[in-house]
Amino acid sequence: MTVQDIESLLPMVILAGGILFTMMLIAVKRNHRLAFISALLFIAAAIAAALTQIGEKPHAIGEVVVVDRFGIYYQVLLLSATFVISIFSYISLERFFPNKRKEEYYLLIMLATLGAGMMAVSSHFISFFVSLELLTISLYTLIAYYREREKAIEAGLKYLVLAAMSSAFLLFGMALVYAISGTMSFAGLSAITPSLSSSGILMLVAGIGLMIVGIGFKLAVVPFHMWAPDVYEGASSPVSAFIASVSKGSVVAVVLRLFMMADLYRYEKVMLAFIIIAILSMLIGNLLALMQNNVKRILAYSSIAHLGYLLVAFIAGKGMGTAAATFYITIYMITVIGAFGVITVIPSPGYEAGGIETFKALFWRKPVLATLFTIFLLSLAGIPLTAGFMGKYFLLTAGLGKSEWPLAFVLVVSSVIGLFYYLRVIVTMMKPDENSVSISPSISGSSLGGILMLTLLGILVVCLGICPGWLIEVVKSLNP
Amino acid sequence: MILAWLIILLMGCGLLAWLAGRWSDTLPRIISLAGIAVQLLAVTWLWFNHQQGNGSGKWIASYTHSWIPSFGIQIKLGVDGLSLLMLALTSFLGILSVLASWKEIKERVGFFHFNLLFVLAGITGVFLSLDLFLFYFSWEVMLIPMYFLISIWGNENRVYASYKFFLFTQASGLLMFLSILGLYLVHGQHTGVYTFDYEQLLGTVMAPQTAFLLMLGFVIAFIVKLSTVPFHSWLPDAHTQAPTAGSVILAGLLLKTGAYGLIRFVLPLFPQASHQFAPVAMVLGVLSILYGAKLTFAQTDLKRLIAYISVSHMGFILLGIYAFNVMAMQGVVMQMVVHGVSTGALFIIAGALHERIHTRDIGQMGGLWSKMPKMGAMGLIFVMGSLGLPGLGNFVAEILILIGSFAANETLTVIATIGLVAATIYSLRIMQKVFYGKEQKQWTVADFGLREMGIMISLSVAIIWLGLFPAPVLNLAKSAVVSLTGSNNKMVQDKPDRDNSKYPITNHSIIGVSVIRENSLINQINPKAPIKDDRTGY
Repeated sequence: MTVQDIESLLPMVILAGGILFTMMLIAVKRNHRLAFISALLFIAAAIAAALTQIGEKPHAIGEVVVVDRFGIYYQVLLLSATFVISIFSYISLERFFPNKRKEEYYLLIMLATLGAGMMAVSSHFISFFVSLELLTISLYTLIAYYREREKAIEAGLKYLVLAAMSSAFLLFGMALVYAISGTMSFAGLSAITPSLSSSGILMLVAGIGLMIVGIGFKLAVVPFHMWAPDVYEGASSPVSAFIASVSKGSVVAVVLRLFMMADLYRYEKVMLAFIIIAILSMLIGNLLALMQNNVKRILAYSSIAHLGYLLVAFIAGKGMGTAAATFYITIYMITVIGAFGVITVIPSPGYEAGGIETFKALFWRKPVLATLFTIFLLSLAGIPLTAGFMGKYFLLTAGLGKSEWPLAFVLVVSSVIGLFYYLRVIVTMMKPDENSVSISPSISGSSLGGILMLTLLGILVVCLGICPGWLIEVVKSLNP
Repeated sequence: MILAWLIILLMGCGLLAWLAGRWSDTLPRIISLAGIAVQLLAVTWLWFNHQQGNGSGKWIASYTHSWIPSFGIQIKLGVDGLSLLMLALTSFLGILSVLASWKEIKERVGFFHFNLLFVLAGITGVFLSLDLFLFYFSWEVMLIPMYFLISIWGNENRVYASYKFFLFTQASGLLMFLSILGLYLVHGQHTGVYTFDYEQLLGTVMAPQTAFLLMLGFVIAFIVKLSTVPFHSWLPDAHTQAPTAGSVILAGLLLKTGAYGLIRFVLPLFPQASHQFAPVAMVLGVLSILYGAKLTFAQTDLKRLIAYISVSHMGFILLGIYAFNVMAMQGVVMQMVVHGVSTGALFIIAGALHERIHTRDIGQMGGLWSKMPKMGAMGLIFVMGSLGLPGLGNFVAEILILIGSFAANETLTVIATIGLVAATIYSLRIMQKVFYGKEQKQWTVADFGLREMGIMISLSVAIIWLGLFPAPVLNLAKSAVVSLTGSNNKMVQDKPDRDNSKYPITNHSIIGVSVIRENSLINQINPKAPIKDDRTGY
């Protein structure tokens, strides 16, 4: 490793150092706030380090890692998401967690982010797999972290079993691809494949197919989506937000990179598989969400549908498609973190809000929170003046630019279906308050910070909905 | 720049009203009133400035600012006679709906006015946009606040109604969005210029099938908004359940955005395809007139009844638009204005009645004239308006549409005329059931107060003025209408029956003109048209 190698990986190095430091800190003195502040500082430092890298030329470390604008962009995005989620985690832990062993949570979330950040710069199956496992294994523990709740344990176990299986699929797919091509680097794959015989191509496609199973599981797209609602419901809201944003965002990054560098867009069968997955995800995700009565489950199904939307841009391919996918995942991450943030902050007796009835009359009890939640839901629904609309516009332009009319049509139809359940939550929030006796505890100081953060996210969503030009320029300039 | 300020002003006042609602209930009303009044002043200023001849070229005023340059999206606003009229209507009805809800809305006043002003801002945006992306954007911005207006302050069945309203308009709107994107890409692939600019997209060359499909996307969005049969079913629910201000804005303005869209976008962007589609559209128009009228008979809920009147009247608009001539189009513009005024007034009366006797069931009303002579008199004026009594604006509008469409399609126009007879019956039924007849219950009610009389008097002055002196309105819209219709006819050279004159009024319509003996009126509409010379020998 040269100095330059370390410099280019500096954000991740800082994050790893932060993990070690925080671990020591916990060993010396157990204090929730101390651990939280230490984690926040290191994440902020990592973001700063990543921002300084923006102007640099792409730097490859062997075949394993390539640090380019694309990777840096995703690292900044993932780190910022973790930063915000950590704040909500603090609130959630303070309010709902028994007063012991809160501190390790931050180690786990930083570890998971480390995995995610490394995945964004991976250009080799090995680095891809190792960072994916780092992310997934941290997530097992995070999901089951609220270990005194049965649902959390159940969700953690469910995620463990299914994620382990999907990793096996992914690994087997990689092995098949390696067996036929003799290379594990993304770039090498594109150089070797043209010389393959037709049966070799078949093997390769089969290998990629198996990898799609693994990737599909991480993205929770239909038909690999079964775990999502249970896990989202069982885990605490910040963790659900983490799964929906950081975990999925990093997988999107690595898949975009894999397909670009190895040029897998050539294989029609592979793309056909993605088209089917996209259509199923959009329709089934939205249809199943209609029947849910728990807002976290609704968000889980909506997340399935949103990844389906994103695949439309992904299928559209190079250039516009990649930019649209990156733009969309950015906006989706902001919005979904906001939505789960509201669920964390909403005052409710006992455990955190979830059932749709806890949102009743929220508009009149907590107008600010309800307004913010409405903004996030409208953004998820893709209504103008919010960022979600611009995201959807970008997706449709990318899709139609490649004449993907059926996909675009399904996108439109399913987003109309999607409106039903977003509106349902909004309508519930606007119902008149019947029992005027306030059962809700007042907002504590830590929640105030959360509300501040949510307000910032809300403003960001509206700003991006009105003038998204700068982000579009940034996204277009990335090129994996 | 003044155009951009019109929108910013409304949005700003909306936010301010919401904030002010935390401290006082009156403050938001005053803020909204002031905001809309300023808009009305600005529009009037533009109007007079224009008439003094300052405005040259196609647009009286325009404003361009780049928005998302990488996609060729601009903030491009422009106002011509047609949009100016619509803006005037918007701010006029805006003021009235604030006034009408002065006493009706007692809860969450700040948020109510926030929504009201945002709807108006969206509508203003729709009438001003000359960029298709911005147009769709404004189109959608109208929806959410309207949805809130219905679902928070509406009547008993408001949730269902607001869902239905939202899903109908949103689904059709998304189809239009697909069409807009399609047009954008077709134009881009053809010329290499990717832009949403309306003026550049005019005259995009494309295959007839493509044009037809793209046009359908637009048309569906607009005729859903226009509540044409068979897409009308959202309208009675939404109108009935909305609060008075909501109904006024829905009927007076939101429906007009559909008509405006057809005139401004569909006809000029897809001239050929529009001609292909014309027979279908005219049949749908006639169907709406008759089916709407038929359903009006059957209603017992006063607001629902008025809602079906709108369906019927919007049928005339659709019929007139697809007649492709200046006279019908002038009638359409007139109808858009007078329908806004007269239906707005009827909804305000219905709202006032509901506030007083807490029912909308006309079976329980009757004999109210003796209790409320002022309301009765006002009701009479607007009921007469809706049946098309000469001297009121509606008559001018409907007769122009019928004459114009007679030139295009005789059979359908004759059938459509039956709608006028039906209108007489259902309109008189309202008067009979509500104000005359036997008293069903012993209501103790107050008559119109000063505020309500003020609203009604301004509305009745408007409708009588429009009926007696339609010329200013028609003149204002004329150049826009001529260029929109004219360009359409010019592009369709292969239709021999339509291209032989710039003002394609054929002999048939001249028969109609001499029958009604209102040559001077027609001259004001169309002074250059060869109406009074040798051919008018009848």
